[in-house]
Amino acid sequence: MNELLALVYWQETAIKLGVALAVIPTTSLILVYLFLFKMMAFMQSRLGPNDTGPYGSLQLIAEAIKFLQKEDIHPSQADRRVFRMAPVVVLASTFLLYVVLPAGPDAIVENLDTGIFYAMAVSSLSVLGILMAGWASANKYALLGGLRAAGQLIAYELPLILAVMGVVIQAGTLNLQGIVVAQATGEIFGWGAIGHPFILTQFVGLFIFLIAAQAELTQTPFDMPVAETELVGGFHIEYTGFRFLLFFMAEFGTAFAFSALASVMFLGGWWIPGFDVDDNILNILGPGVMLGKILLIAFLIFWVRFTYPRLREDQLQKFAWKFLIPLSLVNIVLTGVFKVVF
Amino acid sequence: MTATSDQAQRAYVAAQAADARVNVELDTGDMTLNIGPQHPATHGTLRIACQLDGEQVIMAEPIMGYMHRGYEKLCEVRTYPQCTTLINRIDWLGSFANEVPFILAAEQLMEVEAPPRAQWIRTILFELSRIANLALFLGDMGVQVGALTPVFFAFRDRERVLNQIEAATGGRFHPNFDRIGGLKDDLPKGWIDETRAVMAKMRGFCDEMEDLLVGNEIFQTRCRGVGVIPADVALGYGLSGANLRASGVDWDLRRDANPGLAWNEIDWRVWTHPDGDSFARYWVRLQETREATYMVEKLLDGLPGGPIMAKVPRIIKVPAGEAYVSTENPLGEMGYYVVSKGDLGPFRVKIRTPSFNNISIVPWVMKGVYVPDVITILGSLYFILGDIDR
Amino acid sequence: MPQMPGLIKGLGVTAKTAGRTLFPKRGWKTLIPAPQQGAVTVQYPHEKEAPPDRARGVIALHEENCTACMLCSRSCPDWCIYIEGHKVKAPPRRAGGKARTVNKLDRFDIDYALCMYCGICVEVCPFDALFWSPEYEYSEPRIADLLHDKDRLGEWMETVPDFEDYESGSEQKVRKVPR
Repeated sequence: MNELLALVYWQETAIKLGVALAVIPTTSLILVYLFLFKMMAFMQSRLGPNDTGPYGSLQLIAEAIKFLQKEDIHPSQADRRVFRMAPVVVLASTFLLYVVLPAGPDAIVENLDTGIFYAMAVSSLSVLGILMAGWASANKYALLGGLRAAGQLIAYELPLILAVMGVVIQAGTLNLQGIVVAQATGEIFGWGAIGHPFILTQFVGLFIFLIAAQAELTQTPFDMPVAETELVGGFHIEYTGFRFLLFFMAEFGTAFAFSALASVMFLGGWWIPGFDVDDNILNILGPGVMLGKILLIAFLIFWVRFTYPRLREDQLQKFAWKFLIPLSLVNIVLTGVFKVVF
Repeated sequence: MTATSDQAQRAYVAAQAADARVNVELDTGDMTLNIGPQHPATHGTLRIACQLDGEQVIMAEPIMGYMHRGYEKLCEVRTYPQCTTLINRIDWLGSFANEVPFILAAEQLMEVEAPPRAQWIRTILFELSRIANLALFLGDMGVQVGALTPVFFAFRDRERVLNQIEAATGGRFHPNFDRIGGLKDDLPKGWIDETRAVMAKMRGFCDEMEDLLVGNEIFQTRCRGVGVIPADVALGYGLSGANLRASGVDWDLRRDANPGLAWNEIDWRVWTHPDGDSFARYWVRLQETREATYMVEKLLDGLPGGPIMAKVPRIIKVPAGEAYVSTENPLGEMGYYVVSKGDLGPFRVKIRTPSFNNISIVPWVMKGVYVPDVITILGSLYFILGDIDR
Repeated sequence: MPQMPGLIKGLGVTAKTAGRTLFPKRGWKTLIPAPQQGAVTVQYPHEKEAPPDRARGVIALHEENCTACMLCSRSCPDWCIYIEGHKVKAPPRRAGGKARTVNKLDRFDIDYALCMYCGICVEVCPFDALFWSPEYEYSEPRIADLLHDKDRLGEWMETVPDFEDYESGSEQKVRKVPR
C-alpha cells in the first residue's frame, strides 16, 4: 500500500481508524438486517420489516434514530457513573477487537504479532461491562442477569481459547495474517490448489469455537444473562435509548468480530484459491471474500440461536467444564502430536 | 417415588447437601423477587412473590386477582343468553369449551335435551377449541424455555382452526354459539371437508413440534425432572386435566363423567404419563392435541342429520333448582354450579375454573428450584389468567 | 453428552420453514425467491384477508322491518342499543276499517364502543330487521364517532352477504336477506 500512496504514519493511522469506526456500525447493521430481521422472519414464516426502504433495509437506521431521540433516563437508585460507563466498556471491547481483524494482506488496522492472543484478551473485557450494568442498575432482575453473565462468560472463555490453541499450534504463529498465510500456502497431502484451510483438520476446534462464541455473545442456547422470558432483559433491562443502542451494537459487532476470527482461523480468511498471498488485488477483493465467509459463519450462529431453547445456568456450566474443556484439551494434544509426527 | 432414578435422586440430595454446607459457611441473605404482574412469562397478570437464596427459590407464593372481572356477580344480573356471551371470555383460548358446562347445567334444570346433531356438533367445536388452546401451549412452552420459533408455528397453524370456528360461529375467539336446547345455527356448506384438511395440517404441526421441541435434547434437559408432582399430591391439590394425567392418574371427565356430549359415541384414548415432570405435561398435551384431531375426524364422519335445536320457548325461564355440570376443558376440569329461582337469569353461578386449582400447587412445587425452573414449571402447568381470576 | 439427531432435526425444521418462505414457487421457478408469496402473514394495509361470511363484523339495520319493539335493546348485555320511537296513526288496511297505531322509528343507535359483538340482538329480533355483516374496517379516531346512527346502520345493509347453504344432513332452512 505504501508504494501506491506516500502517506505519513499519522495519515495512515487516521484513515485506518476512520475506516474501522465506520465499519463497525455498518457491520452490525448488515448482520442485524440479514439475520435478525430477515432470516429470523423467514424461519418463522413471516416477512420481517419490509416497509422502510427497499425490502426493509433501512429499518435499523430508523431504529437507531428512534433510540437516539429517546429520553435519557436512569433508575433513581442506580449508581450513575457506573451505569453510564457500562455500555461504553462493552462497546470499547468490540472496537478494540476490530483492530486486529484482517481484510486483506495490508488491509488491517494494526498487524500485531500477538494477534489472536490480543483478540481473546480484549474480548473478555465485555464481562466487566456486563457486570457493571447488572450491578449498577439497582434492579434484582439485572443483578441476576449480571451474575449469571459473569459465571457464564468466564466459564466459556476457556474453551474459546483452547479451541484457538489448536489452530495456533498448526499455524505456528499467533499473528492473524500469519495464520491466513499458513492456510494459503499449506498443502493437503501435497495438493496445494486450495491451500489448507484449517477447518479440515481442526473441525473439532471449529465446533468448540462456535459453541463458545455463541456463549460469549450470550445468544440462545446460552442466553441466560438475557433470558427474555425470565429476566425480561437481564443485565440491560434498565437501559433505554442510546445506551441500549450501544449494547445492541456491541452484541452484533462482537458477533461479526467472532465470525471474522472464525473465518480467519478456520476458513482461510481473505485468501481465495488462484491468487498469490502478496497480490495487491487481494486488498480490494479481500473484504468481499471475508464478508462472504463471515456471513456463512454468522448464519450458523444465528440459525442455532433461533432454533434452540436455552440451557439453565448450572447445565450450561456443566456443559462447559465437563464436556467442552476436556474435548478441547484432547484436541490440543492430538494437534500437537500430529504436528510433530507429520 | 416418581421416575427419577435412584442414582439421580442420590446425586440431587448430595448436591443439595453440598450447597447447604456452602451456604452455612457464607451466610448469605435472602432476596425477595416479584415475578411480577407484568412479566412475559406469566400468561397474564399473575404475581409470584419468591423468596430467593441466590438463584434457588425458598418460598414462592402466587398472588392473583389482578384480572378479576367479577363474572359471578355479572352473571347474577344477566339473562341466560347474556351470561353465555360473558362466560366465553373466561378461558379465552378454549373459546367454545367455556359455554358448554353452563348450558348443560341450564339444560339439566330445564330437563331439555339437545338433539343428537347438536350434541355432535358441540363435541366437534369443543375438540376444536381444545386443539386451538393446546396448540398455543405447545408453542408457548418453547418460549418459556427460550426457543422463540415454535410459537410462531403455533400461531400460524392455530389460525386455521380459528378460521374454521369463525366460519361456523362467526367469531374466532368468542363464538357465543351454544344455546339452551341446542346450537344457534347449523354448519355452513363445505365446512366438513375444510375441517378435515385443517386436521391433517394440525397433525403436521404436532409432528413439527415433536421435532423442534420434544426431540430437542436441550428442551429435555430443561424439562425432565423439573417440577415433579407425584400423583397423590396432585390429587390432593385438586389439579385437573393434563397436569393430573401427566402424573399418572387416569382420569378424564369426557370418559368418566360424560354429561351428554358425543364422546361416548366414538373411540379414543386417554393419554397418561408416569413421571410428573414438566416434560410429561408437555408430552401429554401434545398427544392430546393429536388425539383431538383424530376425534374430530371421527366425529365428522359420524355426524347425524337432524334438527339442531330442541323445542324450547322463545323467552327462556329456567325452573328453580340447582345443577352442577363439569366438563374436561382444555385447561382441566371446568364446572358451573347454577342456582336458579325460576327467573330469566340465574340467581347465582359459581364457576369452578381449572387454573385456579392448578396454580395452588405453586408453593409446594417451587421449593428448592432455580429461577429458570420457576418459569418452566409455570409454563408447563399452563394456566390462563382469565381462568384464574374470572 | 448430547446426541446429535434431535438437535439436528430441529435445525432442519427451521431451515425447511425458511426455505418454504423464501422459495415457495413450484416447478421450474423454484429458485426464484418470492417471500411475499411464501410468508403466511398478510401485509395488512396492502393486502386484506376476506373473513368468512358469518363473521361478526358490524350489525346492519333494515329499517322497514323494524317496529321499535325494543327486544334487541332489552336483550343486549351491554345495553348499547338506543331506540326511540313514537306512535303514528296509519290508514286502515281495508276501507272502512279502524285506523291502526304503528310504531315509527326515530332513533336507532348502536354504540360500537360498548358492543360485545355477541349477536343476541340479531338473534332475538322477531321481524328480521338486524343482520350481521363481515365488514370490520370502521375504526374511528374519536370514540364518539363509534355511535352508528340509523342511516349509517342502513348503509351497512349493502355489505350483508346472502345466507349460505347448510351442510348435508341439516334440517335448517336458508333464510333470505331483505334487500
